[in-house]
Amino acid sequence: MEINNFCEQLKLNVLFDSKKKINIEGVYIGDLLSIVMTKAKQGYAWITIQTHINTVAVAELLDLSCIIVVENMEIEPETVEKAKELDIPLFRTGESAYNIACRLHDMGIK
Amino acid sequence: MNEGFLKRYSFNIAANDFMSAGKGSSSIKNILKSMGIDATVIRKIAIVSYEAEMNIVIHSLGGELHCDLYDNKIIILSEDAGPGIEDLNLALTEGYSTAPESIRELGFGAGMGLPNMMKYSDDFKITTGRDGTVIKITFLM
Repeated sequence: MEINNFCEQLKLNVLFDSKKKINIEGVYIGDLLSIVMTKAKQGYAWITIQTHINTVAVAELLDLSCIIVVENMEIEPETVEKAKELDIPLFRTGESAYNIACRLHDMGIK
Repeated sequence: MNEGFLKRYSFNIAANDFMSAGKGSSSIKNILKSMGIDATVIRKIAIVSYEAEMNIVIHSLGGELHCDLYDNKIIILSEDAGPGIEDLNLALTEGYSTAPESIRELGFGAGMGLPNMMKYSDDFKITTGRDGTVIKITFLM
């Protein structure tokens, strides 16, 4: 589903936002890339504490809608650069994975 | 032997190059997308080629990832320059990994690489030795 004012609603810090509208088909929470690869699907928002540059490659490979880094984990500049290069929206929040997932559920993503 | 072979796409994969890691798999995905291959098949190939690519980056001295197109199948071929897998049976076991802690902290080393390649393909063949590891993964169309 298409979500207006996505970042405002979730109070996310924007590290990179694509010109594309945020369209979310589901949510996956995970930090082990091999598991995320097999479980997250096209259009999913990915909630993680991983901030390594390769998270962006995984998101691009799976056509994920965005990456939401939780617990205010520090994000390397290379990761932000890669997100810009591959056009993957990248957000950060001090909230927990659980809280963000609950908010997304309340917004209608079941 | 090469009946039905159409085309090969090849990508050099450098050891420890995390900046570029995933580019080969991403290119393969985009090529298959442009060919109109079924999305479910593309997803499987993306998972498998990514695991193969990351294995080259993390565990090998460098190598190549190939995508061979046939009229009735797609083969992902991973070839690296060594040093080979010490205990192949263990490496094929879900959850077993030789990745160091520094790599695990980055989200790798779940011990799902080779098991995922087997699980998501129609045929999986691997040979390994000091001179390198060759993995041939087939997807029937």
